[in-house]
Amino acid sequence: MNALRRLTGNCTPRTLWSLAALLLLLLLAPAFLGKYWLSVLILILYFAYVGQAWNIVMGFAGQLSLGHALYAGLGGYIAAGLFFHYGIGPWAGLFAAVAAAALAGAIVGYLGFRFSLAGVYFALLTIAFSEFTRIGFEHWSWAGGSGGLFLKVDAASNLLDLRGGPVMFYYVILALAAGALVLCRALLESRLGRYWLAIREDAEAAQAVGVPVLRCKMLAMVISAALTALAGVWNAFYYNNLFPETAFAMSRSIEITLAPIIGGLGTLFGPFVGAVVLTGLGEAFTDAGDALGIPGIKQIFYGLALLVIVMFRPAGVWPWLSARLGLGERTP
Amino acid sequence: MTGARLDLDGIGKSFRGLRAVHDVSFSVPAGAIHALIGPNGAGKTTIFNMIAGVLTPDVGTVTLDGRVISGLRPDKACDAGVGRTFQLVKPFMGLSVLENVTIGALHRRRDPADARASAAAILERLGLFGRRHQLAKNLTLPDRKRLEVARALATEPKLLLLDEVMAGLRPTEIDVMVAFLRELNRQSGLTILLIEHVMRAVMALAADVVVVSYGEKIAHGTPQEIARHPAVLDVYLGDPEAA
Repeated sequence: MNALRRLTGNCTPRTLWSLAALLLLLLLAPAFLGKYWLSVLILILYFAYVGQAWNIVMGFAGQLSLGHALYAGLGGYIAAGLFFHYGIGPWAGLFAAVAAAALAGAIVGYLGFRFSLAGVYFALLTIAFSEFTRIGFEHWSWAGGSGGLFLKVDAASNLLDLRGGPVMFYYVILALAAGALVLCRALLESRLGRYWLAIREDAEAAQAVGVPVLRCKMLAMVISAALTALAGVWNAFYYNNLFPETAFAMSRSIEITLAPIIGGLGTLFGPFVGAVVLTGLGEAFTDAGDALGIPGIKQIFYGLALLVIVMFRPAGVWPWLSARLGLGERTP
Repeated sequence: MTGARLDLDGIGKSFRGLRAVHDVSFSVPAGAIHALIGPNGAGKTTIFNMIAGVLTPDVGTVTLDGRVISGLRPDKACDAGVGRTFQLVKPFMGLSVLENVTIGALHRRRDPADARASAAAILERLGLFGRRHQLAKNLTLPDRKRLEVARALATEPKLLLLDEVMAGLRPTEIDVMVAFLRELNRQSGLTILLIEHVMRAVMALAADVVVVSYGEKIAHGTPQEIARHPAVLDVYLGDPEAA
């Protein structure tokens, strides 16, 4: 109860009620959504979740990672490989998946932060690791090499093996997204979270007030990588296939960053709002493109829409939207 | 909060052969206020950085109450009791005034609510409480300087290093800051070492003044002695014989 009060402490009643209403709506959604809209909502929640995970490193601690596909890919491959080869279910496999991704995050983080790589140089390091992992997996026969790894499709719902239809996957990703939101809120309220913000704003000043900068940055990477790995596991079992070329692709890494950037870096709700905007726009432009019969028009409009949002709402959609809706925290 | 004694023993630092600080020794007794002055580029901030752990001296040691602190990382120096401000102020721009100081207070208080209460009390004393919800980037320069002092104090230091906190302040604001520092020192016995160009503040605050020029200590004495010291006059005004 105390922990709950701490989490919700400063939120206005209006914020809490809105959050509860949204959660209820999401819980009931599969009952009245068709197959297509459910799949759109699944996509939104997936991007909200990985965005939340990436936001810890960039939005909170201020370190630009453009290689988060590495952690999602590692997580997915390990859990899927264990299931495929040894029949080890994903709920057990995810421990190995999370451990491997966390270790990878620790290695990338240590190399980057220990030697004070910052900004784009750190970003380049993260890209490099993701890229050479991709090349490694293309030649690793256990993981299926460049031919990919395929899981048997099984429509019978079996939560233990994470086999089943979209509704089951919907609830799993909803639980992950909600859990990540609560976790990030708790982190931000903690000492570590405050230290991340201090590092993001000015690392030298942070260190002068006693912040152990290297350790805090490492923790951000490890926690973020571990959370991202869970998304990778979910993704692998949802799509039933994995290819190094897509799992570790640069475009996959970029995709992860978009929702929080559009929604609002460093905000708790930004990744969710950004995912709604991005996926919504994407779907709308796909429909428009189909209707007009012009191929490729989706990408053009999608890019333009992002450009407009970034130009007019550089801090993201959520800070502006939350002020409009009167949602937020009261000032203590 | 009580003060600690600071001892610099023959510290020196070179950057790629360029001698920034050479064989500087002096002590600040616990609870005293001393000033470090000298022309631009004399090595004052380099000395501060060696005390605060940003730089490791090539030779010599810095001790705080007898414990060697030179060579420690800045966050460990903070652990040991060194609080500092930056010459070019470095508030956490995107965070509120209260959050800035709370982060400092978290150093010795693990509970955020406790840290926030301690931060609020410090802001009250520095006259920033009314602005606690403003973002640091929206503060004026004098307020940013006060915020830096507040954030450093929140770490509950035993030695406070102030790097030109008076620069850019109006005379009345200088008097307010001087009164605050004197009161702080009197109440808590905090040791203070300040780098300062504003002589009005140095004369009002410092019991002793250390003068450095070209990386070397050229004089050490009371403000009155320093004001008449031939080597100091030479550095600041030039050699009267040559003029």
